[in-house]
Amino acid sequence: MSGEPIGSRVVSHAVEVTGLDVSFGELVAVSDATLRVDYGEVVTLLGPNGAGKTTLVETLLGFREPTAGTVRLHGRDPRRFHAEVTARTGALLQRGGVWFPMTPRQVLRLTASYYDAPRDTEELLAVLDLARCAATPWRRLSGGEQQRTLLALALVGRPRVLVLDEPTTGVDAEGRQVVRGLISDERDRGCALLVTTHELGEAERMSDRLIVMSHGRVIAQGTLDELAGEPEMIVDLGAPVDPVGLSALLGAPVTLDGPLRLRCAVAATPERVGMVTSHLATHGVEMIALRTRATLEERYLDLVAESRATR
Amino acid sequence: MKAWWAQTLAEVTMTLRRGETLLLTVAIPVILLIFFSSVRVTSTPTVHRVDFVTPGILALSVMSTSLVALSIATCFERSYGVLRRLHVTPLGRRRLVAAKMAGVGVTEILQVLIVVGVGLALGWNPHGGARTAVDAAAILALASAGFAGIGLALAGRLRAEVNLAAANGLYLILLLFSGLVIPATSLPAPIQRVATALPSGALAEGLHRLFGQGRAPTGGDWICLAAWALAAPLVAARTFSFD
Repeated sequence: MSGEPIGSRVVSHAVEVTGLDVSFGELVAVSDATLRVDYGEVVTLLGPNGAGKTTLVETLLGFREPTAGTVRLHGRDPRRFHAEVTARTGALLQRGGVWFPMTPRQVLRLTASYYDAPRDTEELLAVLDLARCAATPWRRLSGGEQQRTLLALALVGRPRVLVLDEPTTGVDAEGRQVVRGLISDERDRGCALLVTTHELGEAERMSDRLIVMSHGRVIAQGTLDELAGEPEMIVDLGAPVDPVGLSALLGAPVTLDGPLRLRCAVAATPERVGMVTSHLATHGVEMIALRTRATLEERYLDLVAESRATR
Repeated sequence: MKAWWAQTLAEVTMTLRRGETLLLTVAIPVILLIFFSSVRVTSTPTVHRVDFVTPGILALSVMSTSLVALSIATCFERSYGVLRRLHVTPLGRRRLVAAKMAGVGVTEILQVLIVVGVGLALGWNPHGGARTAVDAAAILALASAGFAGIGLALAGRLRAEVNLAAANGLYLILLLFSGLVIPATSLPAPIQRVATALPSGALAEGLHRLFGQGRAPTGGDWICLAAWALAAPLVAARTFSFD
């Protein structure tokens, strides 16, 4: 982690949220959330609908006053130092729009005028594959084109922090590749990115760290490896098999996760893989796949289910 | 300054491209000017009806643009998420409000030129000279700032549908109870007193004095208009919600 010089200050964390509570009357939308994002990393915020992701993002961007706790962007309170913070921050919001008659080129040029040293607008139109529709009014753009225009608007001020609330919503496969490439480029030039998404595959591909929220709380955070938990063997089968024999062979409990999947909480050493393979061969059962850790989707669903069960 | 100027140009361009706004700000005032100048709806204190109606229509035009058109357009910008997006840029609340008010000012210059042109074509014979024109421009500018402040204060807090009704309702009340097209002397005494405290009432009285009698607006008119011009935009800037 390296600090970022901002004027006479050096800021350690691009985004810092500490003990954040946000309530709307009786409804607690975010409860005791603590997280940080450093310059040069992509952190993805995951969670089911209503988990509090958007409320957290909106509080971070100064739309809402925290009920308790603090939020800091570039080390500053985003409500008190709004002009300073927004000059260094780009954001793509859910329900963010553009004047209907304006074209991507017009709105990008207008938005560029808000910043001291904006990016070249024509270059951005080309990078985001918007050159073909640059003169089309906003209301006639497709959902994907609108989303890419909003992303261009978030990027035009050369932000040091990018907050992207579901950036790939409505974007086709080709467009997603463009968005992923941009996220990677921004990270490489030292930008901090906080991204919310429901696309677990996207999150797995682009994130340095992940944060999972449920019912307003941060229930887990870490790298993909850290979230995946302890090493384990997960075996997908062509036909059901009794786990008891395999359990004795491996010297550890083997559980059924559905009729055609076995899970055992041990590392997949070559010796153990050999044992499993020969055991299945003896019983005439085909091995479809063997994995050494849970997928993000499996781990995410487990975490959310645990969180629901403990409420 | 660069951001404010670019935003102001964008506001003017978008205003002039909105058909429904042009109807409200240009077509309706011109139709009302022609109608009230030609048809006797109520008695007027001038020999020629157009001499009374034209200053009132000038005031009404400014009110249509600054209050109703600006308020409705801004509120729809909020419901379409435009203001949410602007909130996360360095444009800022004060520059946005100032750009909107400047944009309205440019539109109103065009409006005034059209209404004055049509009024003169209908036989309007305004009193006074250059000083009258300067005073008229000053009270129109003050009133515009006051109306814009009221419009933005409504737009900054209300839902688009509620604001649509509120802005039009307020417009109707200000139109009927301020001596814009119906002489204030025809109104009941309590309403006359309220009218003089409203920006529309002070504007109408000031313009009628300037163009009808060749006399300067009263001190009360100046104070009323200046107070609204200062207070309403300040309230709007403080309470304006981007979300």
